[in-house]
Amino acid sequence: MTSPVDAVERAVREEFPRILATLVRVTGDVGLAEDAVQDAVERALQTWPRDGVPDEPRAWLTTAARRCAIDRARRESLRHGKETQAVWLQDPDPAPPPESVVRDDVLRLVFTCCHPALSTEAQVALSLRTLCGLTTAEVARALLIPEATASKRLTRAKQKIADAHIPYRVPSDAELPSRLRGVLATVYLVFNEGYAPSSGDTVVRQDLVDEAIRLGRLLRDLMPDEPGVLGLLALMLLLDCRRAARTAADGSALRLADQRRHAWDARMAAEGVALVAEGVRRTPVTPDPYVVQAAIAGCHALAPSYEETDWDAIVSWYDVLLTIDASPAARLGRAAAIAERDGAAAGLAEVQAIDGLDHHAWWHGAQAELLHRLGRDDEALVERGQAERLGLNAAALRTLDASLAAPPSR
Amino acid sequence: MPQYAALIYSTDLEPSDPRFAAMMPGYNAFGHEAEAVIRGGAALYNNATATTVRVQGGKGGDVVTTDGPYADTKEALTGFYLIEAADLDEAVVWAAKIPAAYDGGCVEVRPVVDFG
Repeated sequence: MTSPVDAVERAVREEFPRILATLVRVTGDVGLAEDAVQDAVERALQTWPRDGVPDEPRAWLTTAARRCAIDRARRESLRHGKETQAVWLQDPDPAPPPESVVRDDVLRLVFTCCHPALSTEAQVALSLRTLCGLTTAEVARALLIPEATASKRLTRAKQKIADAHIPYRVPSDAELPSRLRGVLATVYLVFNEGYAPSSGDTVVRQDLVDEAIRLGRLLRDLMPDEPGVLGLLALMLLLDCRRAARTAADGSALRLADQRRHAWDARMAAEGVALVAEGVRRTPVTPDPYVVQAAIAGCHALAPSYEETDWDAIVSWYDVLLTIDASPAARLGRAAAIAERDGAAAGLAEVQAIDGLDHHAWWHGAQAELLHRLGRDDEALVERGQAERLGLNAAALRTLDASLAAPPSR
Repeated sequence: MPQYAALIYSTDLEPSDPRFAAMMPGYNAFGHEAEAVIRGGAALYNNATATTVRVQGGKGGDVVTTDGPYADTKEALTGFYLIEAADLDEAVVWAAKIPAAYDGGCVEVRPVVDFG
């Protein structure tokens, strides 16, 4: 049996974005709304263990938060000696908003938190706080920053939303594609920082991965027709389904070739593949980069073993990806697929043909591995040294060393 | 008669900072002294509230916004318009139409303190 405190925490985590979004609409003030929801949560933590969890936790919390907001607004106006006439102050207990209104409220909140006038780090912190319902302390832990820094970042962002009047509104049809790209980029950033941490010694930071997927699901519920939304959620699920197989007993990262596929989460993979299909079906003309990347991850998920991977299909998807995103990372991915399809020499030629990656650790790491496969170990060691100097993540470096120490397999 | 905008660079203060209020008598005194020539002007919120707008690829190109003031010293703050807009998005639309935004410079949009 779950304790009342657990029930409060679960209800809060689940309902936080909806309650907050409703309060932001009612009060027109993100900071006040957040304080009021926090007050309501504390009230619930005091009374629910005694009185039991109410039948509709969201309605309870929304009403409580509304009353807390009214108290706070009245205290504030007394302090300034100003009478405020805001309509919402007059009615503490209106009927709970219908689901469609709540949905629109959350959608508006998404676009406010990921507004391009906010820095990326502010967008990430705000999204974790408001859309994932993390406390400031949890945001700090998730981002590996001191709590004071997280608090300052959140306060500044909310201050800017209020002072600069960043709108609480879904962008017009004309702006939507570019604004949605920004939202997806923020969520994918959270995912990547968890899936492949840029710092630290761990292979994966599951807490961040889980928050990113939670955000992805929220976006899918809000915008089920957007291919990019479907593609991003699919991509995250298809990468995260490998969770249990990605790390060796000693904590090092396992390459795709060495992962035990029966440990992959089949349900997650199936959900991801279905989302890719849906994303492709809804793609109008120009393919969406997330859908295409998810399709590549889907090819891996569908292969019974590494050896049976359909590299032809993967190279083709990379060719599609390069028509919309000719980034060095995409070209490196294609080169790795070529190495599997046509051999290490062909792959190495592709890798070396990519310009502008000289200062990227993983470009050198990829070369080290392919050179080793070709028996050119002296050159492989030079590239490995470059990768280390350029700050290759410690776990990735251990993986690279393990493959350099093994006899060349392919 | 030509008008001129005077852009004031001083310590970056929030309006709630006591030093902000402490500056007011000096500005009030200047305001009284120059009353006959002042046509408009405003006190601005601190740097942390700014948004920078740039149009890439010439007029009508991609509107790119970034958080914070335009800090590069290569271009100085050269003038300002006071624009009335419902919110930041509307202000950005106007800012992107100002020639500096698409002629290699940029326009900083910053909210104005309401003393009301």
